[in-house]
Amino acid sequence: MPAAIDIRSVHKRYGSFEALRGVSLQIGQGEFFGLLGPNGAGKTSLISIVAGLNRPSSGDVRVMGHDVVADYRAARRSLGVVPQELVFDPFFTVRETLRLTSGYYGLRRNDAWIDEILGNLDLSGKADSNMRSLSGGMKRRVLVAQALVHRPPVIVLDEPTAGVDVELRQTLWRFVRRLNREGHTIVLTTHYLEEAQELCGRIAMLKQGRVIACEPTARLLGRFGGGTLRLRLSGAPLPEGVRALLAGEPAADGRIALRLEDWAGLEPLLARLREAGCRIDEMELVHTDLEDVFVKMMADAPAPAGAEVAEASR
Amino acid sequence: MTGFLTLLHKEVLRFWKVSVQTVAAPVLTAVLYLLVFSQALAAHVQPFPGVSYVSFLVPGLVMMSVLQNAFANASSSLIQSKVTGNLVFVLLPPLAPIELFGAYVLAAVVRGLAVGAGVLAVTAWFAPPTFAAPGWILVFAVLGSAILGTMGLIGGIWAEKFDQIAMFQNFLIMPATFLAGVFYSVHSLPAFWQSVSHLNPFFYMVDGFRYGFFGQSDVPPATSLAVVLATLAIAACAALRMLHTGWRIRH
Repeated sequence: MPAAIDIRSVHKRYGSFEALRGVSLQIGQGEFFGLLGPNGAGKTSLISIVAGLNRPSSGDVRVMGHDVVADYRAARRSLGVVPQELVFDPFFTVRETLRLTSGYYGLRRNDAWIDEILGNLDLSGKADSNMRSLSGGMKRRVLVAQALVHRPPVIVLDEPTAGVDVELRQTLWRFVRRLNREGHTIVLTTHYLEEAQELCGRIAMLKQGRVIACEPTARLLGRFGGGTLRLRLSGAPLPEGVRALLAGEPAADGRIALRLEDWAGLEPLLARLREAGCRIDEMELVHTDLEDVFVKMMADAPAPAGAEVAEASR
Repeated sequence: MTGFLTLLHKEVLRFWKVSVQTVAAPVLTAVLYLLVFSQALAAHVQPFPGVSYVSFLVPGLVMMSVLQNAFANASSSLIQSKVTGNLVFVLLPPLAPIELFGAYVLAAVVRGLAVGAGVLAVTAWFAPPTFAAPGWILVFAVLGSAILGTMGLIGGIWAEKFDQIAMFQNFLIMPATFLAGVFYSVHSLPAFWQSVSHLNPFFYMVDGFRYGFFGQSDVPPATSLAVVLATLAIAACAALRMLHTGWRIRH
């Protein structure tokens, strides 16, 4: 069974700027995959190459086993892309837009499926409205619908919930989850880390055009296991040996945050605090979430230039 | 095939939905040219023996409208899609370069012929046309609009902003059509300018088209046909090459 998306050593240069510096990723069929990274990390460049909107400077990409350049017809038929930009054609209604998109994919009579997509995205009432008259959120739903008209096995959503209200987010995720259960591969880029944490089975992190992590979500979170202990103390100052665990400055109300690598360290820590004469007035345990991991990964990952030197000296 | 037909349908709908601006307005412009020029020049010019200036002018104006609108259709559709970003809707699906080419160019031909037919219908009221060789009329109208549609496609691919398209139109297409013998017979020009005119492929489009009305022309229609076909072949190869490499549309 070919990978849903197989990216091998993809480089992309725009003049002297190198947007992608050797990205390799294999995304299996049926996965719900997250692609994370700060702005400018190369997420959209990578997706554009997978979609055939851009060409790689070197390296190859296959979608369901079809090369996106040499066998672009089969590759594009296998792929549905929701672009990040809120684009639309002002000449047409929602239904006309979806019929045209179906036609571009070679489908003539597609209204039953179009109606089903419209229903699932709460768009049925807008089918005959002109695209111009729709709100931003509604236009976003139409873009999602357009990506699905040809029932692609692989669906890529490039920041689909940027600037979108809660209701659409929920509608969208319910529908996308269903598609994933039915066997569609989903690739998602997002800035909302809690979304990726909740939805994605595996996550890759991009930084400055390189993959700095690619692991199952649970393992990625586990790499930074334990969590944070928030405390408000009175009685005695924080003992010297515990200060190393401090995460950041104390809050305005005097609360402090201590990092715990492992929950097994909790009881010994509390014992040390009691020995030092500290009284715990308030305590809160916070599990590591993807946001912490993300911030830590982005801060820790070696600068790409350094990585190149390291590789060269090996 | 369905993909190509859908894109063609969409491109035709695109101008047809705003036909007051894309068809009626150019017809009115052509009629104004006819009124003004025939008033100013009819008494002074007789380009072909036995043909009045107004009768001579009508095919020229029809062809000028055909050419300019064919160019405008392809170029404005592309540049609008590029600027608004909705070009992705045709770049994401599995459409081959030849399908994109065929759809944009044929839609331009449809618009060119629609405007041309409109101009002819309205101007017939001022100067009833003669149809000496109607087959040539159709051949040159189709080929001429296909060339200009292809040039519109090239211009649309090349341009990144509206003013670049306007530049292409104002500094290349407009002069080439105006100097193609729309308003005069090149035989009335000094020898030097006559030979310059013969270097302009637009001249052959207009001249061959006019032959279809009068059975008379500055050069034989077969010569014009050869030049027009060669021009179309060169322009089509260039456009297909651009679409194939993705120049300026797939980065």
